[in-house]
Amino acid sequence: MSGGAPEAALEVIRAGALTTLQDLGRPGYAHLGVPRSGALDAGAYGLANRLLGNPPDAAVLETTLDGVGLRALAPVTVAVTGAPCAVRVSGRAAAWGAPVRLRAGAELEVGRAESGVRSYVAVRGGFAVPPVLGSRSTDLLSGLGPGVPVAGTVLPVGPAGPDPVRGADELRVPGAPTELVLPLRLGPRADWFEPASVAALWRAEFRVSPASNRIGLRTEAGARLVRSRGGELPSEGMVLGAVQVPPDGLPVVFLADHPVTGGYPVLGVVPPGPPLNAAAQAGPGLPVRFVRG
Amino acid sequence: MRPLVVGGEALLIELDSAQEVAALHAELLRRREAGELGDVRDVVPAARTVLLDGVAGPGALADRIARWEVPPLARTEGPLVTVPVRYDGPDLTEVARRWGVAEREVADVVAGTEFRVAFCGFAPGFGYLTGLPERLHLPRRNTPRTAVPAGSLALAGEYAGVYPRSSPGGWQLIGTTDAVVWDPEREPAALFAPGVRVRFEEVTG
Repeated sequence: MSGGAPEAALEVIRAGALTTLQDLGRPGYAHLGVPRSGALDAGAYGLANRLLGNPPDAAVLETTLDGVGLRALAPVTVAVTGAPCAVRVSGRAAAWGAPVRLRAGAELEVGRAESGVRSYVAVRGGFAVPPVLGSRSTDLLSGLGPGVPVAGTVLPVGPAGPDPVRGADELRVPGAPTELVLPLRLGPRADWFEPASVAALWRAEFRVSPASNRIGLRTEAGARLVRSRGGELPSEGMVLGAVQVPPDGLPVVFLADHPVTGGYPVLGVVPPGPPLNAAAQAGPGLPVRFVRG
Repeated sequence: MRPLVVGGEALLIELDSAQEVAALHAELLRRREAGELGDVRDVVPAARTVLLDGVAGPGALADRIARWEVPPLARTEGPLVTVPVRYDGPDLTEVARRWGVAEREVADVVAGTEFRVAFCGFAPGFGYLTGLPERLHLPRRNTPRTAVPAGSLALAGEYAGVYPRSSPGGWQLIGTTDAVVWDPEREPAALFAPGVRVRFEEVTG
């Protein structure tokens, strides 16, 4: 492209503990065994794109606990949302939750999450890696979608759409969560559990297990659910937010990379939206309670 | 047919047999094709259930479905694909022994069976194919293999399947196909979508 503007792209300098490309995922392919995937904190993902005037399905980076470092290979505008963190551009403090302009060569450092788990780094124009089944999400369960970026990965940036960069009039930095409260609508397999142990669930305090990931939020330390019947459930279709209970009796809340079918009974479902967005930001050890939803 | 509401936007319909699942699944696809199903994002059959996800009103949909007359599945319902197979699997001898046939007759048994994709799972494009009579159902291997090659035709329980990519697996491997069962760049991405009929045709070399 001699004579033209340099192609917009960002190079990964520091990949962080786990940084993936995410968008709205691949809903509609579950019958082929394809997980839905997509940004775990859908609210923070949507906000990052709105700040930049991006279409609502533009691909962004989702970081895990310790942020990411990027270098702009051409001038771009970025925004960081989700878990609050320090944002620095070539060493100077920059805004979280607002459009930030990067010159060619500038280094964006998205710091460790001060609270929460996952920060979102959007770029105006969106990351333009090739889509798979209509989505640029990395699916960590089945391996579909773009590979996990490592230091040196160059991420192309798409052309900006017609909407202007907006910014926000007022953006509240979320406070550190003190507990995760998950509304739970019982069913379809609540009858697989002793009623007394289901009653105890509402009084129990669990903690987020460090084994949690994009597939599921695992719990520990709470009251164990006791099955009222033996035998195995033939595998059946699973939904986002399904609370599966394996034989150890500790609930697992299915997040975006959950398998499309599963054989453990589902006690109930946590609705998508704010409750699952909060689950995406719940770090290990955070107290978890279930309330009737 | 027992409909169970799943959260605010899904419905799980429990059935008594794989045949009933296949019949309801075919009816759902027919009605979706005819524009009679309404907004349903995912229709996900499984062993004894069909999940309808992304539904505006699961309760109302359950009431409608309860009034349907679901005809039994016609043998010829669904598209037919023919898949070439070389019978070179490492478990061929073991499968022949369990079936009580000569090794070379395994291919005839499989070729004489019309399979149907009951559902997908395990990995994108991995179809669970039914059709083998009960006397030919096989256990999984005692020790799963750490790597089953892509394209392996495998049997376990009441199911046959083809591994879409190399992965760990505990099924009995009887052959290999060059057919690409999963390609996300292709439309359709999965050769074995639920409802598809499958014949395996022996090839040599």
